[in-house]
Amino acid sequence: MSSFTKVALLLAGLALAGCDNSGVFGLDDTLGNDAATEANYEQGSVDDPTSVAHFQQVVGDRVLFTVDQSDLTEDGKLVLLSQANWLLENSAYNAVIEGHADEQGTREYNLALGARRASAVKEFLVSRGIAGTRLRTVSYGKERPIEVCSAEACYAQNRRAVTILQADLSG
Amino acid sequence: MMRLLASLLMGVMVLGSMAMAQSGPLRIEITDGVVEPLPYAVPEFVAESSGANQLAADLSRVIAEDLSGTGLFREIPEKAHISQITNFSSPVQFADWKAINAQALITGAVSVSGNNLEVKFRVYDVFAGQELGNGLRFKGTTDGWRRMAHKVADAVYSRITGEGGYFDSRVVFVSETGPKNDRRKRLAIMDYDGAGLQYLTDSNAIVLAPRFSPTGDKVLYTSYETGFPRVFVLDVGNVQRKVLQDQEGTMSFAPRFAPDGKSVVMSITQNGNTDIFSMPINGGNPRRLTSSPAIDTAPSFSPDGKQIVFESDRSGNQQLYVMSANGGEPKRISFGQGRYGTPVWSPRGDLIAFTKQNKGRFHIGVMRADGSEERLLTASFLDEGPTWAPNGRVIMFTRETQGADGSAALYSVDVSGRNLKKVRVQGGASDPAWSPLQ
Repeated sequence: MSSFTKVALLLAGLALAGCDNSGVFGLDDTLGNDAATEANYEQGSVDDPTSVAHFQQVVGDRVLFTVDQSDLTEDGKLVLLSQANWLLENSAYNAVIEGHADEQGTREYNLALGARRASAVKEFLVSRGIAGTRLRTVSYGKERPIEVCSAEACYAQNRRAVTILQADLSG
Repeated sequence: MMRLLASLLMGVMVLGSMAMAQSGPLRIEITDGVVEPLPYAVPEFVAESSGANQLAADLSRVIAEDLSGTGLFREIPEKAHISQITNFSSPVQFADWKAINAQALITGAVSVSGNNLEVKFRVYDVFAGQELGNGLRFKGTTDGWRRMAHKVADAVYSRITGEGGYFDSRVVFVSETGPKNDRRKRLAIMDYDGAGLQYLTDSNAIVLAPRFSPTGDKVLYTSYETGFPRVFVLDVGNVQRKVLQDQEGTMSFAPRFAPDGKSVVMSITQNGNTDIFSMPINGGNPRRLTSSPAIDTAPSFSPDGKQIVFESDRSGNQQLYVMSANGGEPKRISFGQGRYGTPVWSPRGDLIAFTKQNKGRFHIGVMRADGSEERLLTASFLDEGPTWAPNGRVIMFTRETQGADGSAALYSVDVSGRNLKKVRVQGGASDPAWSPLQ
């Protein structure tokens, strides 16, 4: 899970680094628009720019926070810009933003801290044009760590907000 | 006299001082803050009917476990006894109990008739050569024998210490299974000593921090049953539950009953901001008690219901504040180093227990309600969430061990800081809440 996450983050970073204008699906310039419409990828796979897998692994579904903070980092804002662009392009999806905390803190405080983090992500996405009605937030506090060691390497991965896509069935 | 001495003793223990009168029959010496537990004997209760032998033996053992478990009493084992008690009504041979230095002697008798159980007991002050208080008789059913043993132990504890007991009480908590990154949680309830475990919910949704009603018949808790953390209320008797607060776009947690049982305080989070609200237990609109952009949570009433202590990071990090039960300007009471959270007002009203984080360690501590006389009782990688025994002498809390294999367990500690011990629970356990005396 750890290396998986790191790869996803790395990919997201590369995607952003590769194109200044944050071309939404500009992972591979040689592909071109025509090639994309011919679907040189399996639908729903990570190469399908409209897929959940693509959102999770290429766009990047999570941002990390520093200790006891809910301010977005510069890296985090870049990921969220990509998320916002993706959500604008893929309006059939809504999202639940999960806020999480590391284990260093009391249960109640961490629930509230996770809520702050989820809310910070939501506010950013709304500021980039995503309708607030498409976004919900929930906090898991320290209840759902993805990394289990009691060291900063794990804590850093657990202090996160994850954007979970949900197909909008209402429309 | 004895009662007076005993209350003196408790007072001295709290202050951790050394002075202790040597006069009087029940003597406990305090040296460098260490109490010499009071030696007592509880010879196996007399079986006064056929079929009562096993219960008589079991009852005597539970009473001894209760008393010795406090750390204030030390049992003199049966093999050291000179006298045997074979008749509950016969005069006690005080010299035989003096000879083995038993300062208190507890005798009892048990009779069974069908499902009915009757327990009688007497407490003797051996060195004064007289009974302490009057003999008492409890009647009940055989399946309630453990509660009967706890009631006897509570009465003995009360007579010798002058304090209320806490043995006939229960604990509601979160039972935990599974690894750290896939932990399953469900509500469970048990006797204070870990006996009689029952589950109150399944583990399909995360549940957190249950809290008893003042009469012990209801439990407030937080559940993710709806997909979002929400405060629920559960009837302990029939295990029926209902959501208490479910306003769209909010989450709610950290609930606690008011002392009258009619209203509830909790944290409600809207747009990422967490404040404290009050609402009637039967439903209705939450009423806002705090309005700051800070995290305001973990509210707990004073026993008279007039004030609420809570934690807030409005100063920049978690600290404790006291406000009127109706809201209004809070007064900060914690000023030491580190961060303070999860305050809980003692049922006696004098102290507030809390979780403290300082220099990478967690502590359970107590301070007076005005914030003075802070004392830390524990230290570990992660201690949190204190709850008071009904007599305000003992605190139970969650201790979590570190690392990938870390797990949670319940511990208890005397308010003096002594007698730290793990509570017997099978599997992982967290978030204990102690019931009132039953």
